[in-house]
Amino acid sequence: MAGSEEPLVRLVGVTKIYQRGEVQVPALRGVDLEVTAGEMAALMGPSGAGKSTLMNLIGCLDRPSSGAYLLGGRDVARLSRDELAAIRLREIGFVFQGFNLLPRTSALENVELPLLYAGLRARERRTRALAALERVGLAGREHHTPAQLSGGQQQRVAIARALVNGPRLLLADEPTGNLDSRTALEVMALLQALNREGLTVMVVTHEPDVAAYARRRIVVRDGRVRRDEPILPRCAAADLSAWRDPDSDLTGDLPCG
Amino acid sequence: MWLMAVRLALRALSRNRLRSALTALGVIIGVAALIITVALGEGARRLIEQQIASLGSSMLIVIPGASTTGGFVGGAGSGRPLLREDVDEILRLAPAVRYAAPVDRTVAQVVSANLNWSCQVLGTTPDYFLIRDWAPARGRLFTASENETAAKVCLLGQTVAHNLFGSADPVGEMVRIKQMPCEVIGVLAPKGQSAMGTDQDDVVIVPALTLRTRLLNQSRQHVGTIVIAATSEQDLPLAEQQVVQVLRMRHKLADDQDNDFTIRNLSELMQTQQRVVQTNATMLRNVAAVSLLVGGIGIMNIMLVSVTERTREIGVRLAIGARERDILRQFLVEAVVLSVSGGLLGLALGTGGAHLLSSFLDGLSVEIPAFWVLMALGISIAIGVSFGFYPARRAARLDPIEALRHE
Repeated sequence: MAGSEEPLVRLVGVTKIYQRGEVQVPALRGVDLEVTAGEMAALMGPSGAGKSTLMNLIGCLDRPSSGAYLLGGRDVARLSRDELAAIRLREIGFVFQGFNLLPRTSALENVELPLLYAGLRARERRTRALAALERVGLAGREHHTPAQLSGGQQQRVAIARALVNGPRLLLADEPTGNLDSRTALEVMALLQALNREGLTVMVVTHEPDVAAYARRRIVVRDGRVRRDEPILPRCAAADLSAWRDPDSDLTGDLPCG
Repeated sequence: MWLMAVRLALRALSRNRLRSALTALGVIIGVAALIITVALGEGARRLIEQQIASLGSSMLIVIPGASTTGGFVGGAGSGRPLLREDVDEILRLAPAVRYAAPVDRTVAQVVSANLNWSCQVLGTTPDYFLIRDWAPARGRLFTASENETAAKVCLLGQTVAHNLFGSADPVGEMVRIKQMPCEVIGVLAPKGQSAMGTDQDDVVIVPALTLRTRLLNQSRQHVGTIVIAATSEQDLPLAEQQVVQVLRMRHKLADDQDNDFTIRNLSELMQTQQRVVQTNATMLRNVAAVSLLVGGIGIMNIMLVSVTERTREIGVRLAIGARERDILRQFLVEAVVLSVSGGLLGLALGTGGAHLLSSFLDGLSVEIPAFWVLMALGISIAIGVSFGFYPARRAARLDPIEALRHE
């Protein structure tokens, strides 16, 4: 990727303090973190450690109380709400634990939503949304509503929605939290595959099993980065084959590096 | 983008059909009430205008006998009778009076070759037709000399002509009124219903003296009533004043004596009617305004509920890149779609209701001016925007993280 000397995400001395009535609650107490384009990192830590806060900051849903945040070299710590929205729209894709699809709305329309906010024409929206759905293995299900899809399929719709505007960074907050083990493997295999194609992926999880598929493990505790180390990732696709499930359409075609 | 927003809003609203319908009810009722008042108010105004126009120019009627005599009500005709000379003197001495004509009435059987018909027979002078602005549709009016000689001629109203001669032309035919043979010299133009609902075309008009001397066998000097036209609409009160003066002088009334005659001003009566109609319309319009206000508050209420219910959805939309104005537009459009749907339903309901009501009220035509249709829609849009704005802004200002966490 061009300009690879500049990290995609660069946090310098970032703090976040929440005001709870009279009391100031520090959620982040000075985080320095760099994530290079093309990485797949797991953000770990017990609940209350500040990993969600960190994720929200990196995802431009929130602004730090102090410190600097450079996304692709651009300081985004002091941008307005609408400027942050524009960054979320173009540069960042979100995947949530609870999928967060619009109910009673087809998969296609869910995926089209970011394109709608980007101001694309109907035909362009449709073409790109269909391509994104195909990419996550849901071709032919575009007119199903979330209620007509399994949990794994819903999460793949959510991933397609996160991908459709061509973001540089995919943030997944407990993406497997609501899924059974096999479906969780499918989702991780998909994230690994996307990462192998060059997408930067950050996964927030408290499960070591899920973090094991990342190439880097960042542990947050008490509002600070406690450990940050590269790890040898497991191959989700291979694990999936181990389930010996002939129905899985992801098996075999994803060789792990 | 806007079209898309309307489509999405319609879909969101159709998910809660009953709730949406109940929410729109205030606007539906308000707009329906507005349209009904406008339609009927306009219809009533036109009806009264038509009736005033059918009277002819502004008209006074002088009736012998006082309406009150020292607190004691005398019957009409109980006082001193009016005279033929009174008519001439009024014309001579009251400059604000343009025309004056005596009018006597009786009811008589009118017989043609093989049909007969009972109707009102009216005796008057040619001035009467000028006062009433009433021309013959066929034939001619009678002349002043035909009046003086009590000629046996008559004019038929449309209703009488139709009942005695069907579609044939009666002009030149003979009829008998009571036992008097009489030549039909003309048929009057149709006049329609009077303000009191009587058929003004169900009449035969003969010269005043013909009626008095040949049909009533009464003194040729007396007249039943006098019908008067002023020189102009504005001069009507002046004319009334002058007529009062002339008659008081002729009746030699002292200053402390009440009038021994009564003057009725019909167009004034109708203007009073019109004012009553307008007062009612204004009152109903206020009811409509209150209903619209309540409807607007209902929309605001339900939009606030909707924003709370869909907080998580708003969070998701914000997370994937919706700007404040995107969310604002979404909820604003939803509120406007709600109020405009209500407005359209109210318009339909109001139009239907107005037609239904007018079918009970005889002679009242329903007229909904395009201006008010546009006005109703404009009001609906304004309600949606003004009462939808606060909930929409609240939605747009939500904190994405808080919203995403919302259960």
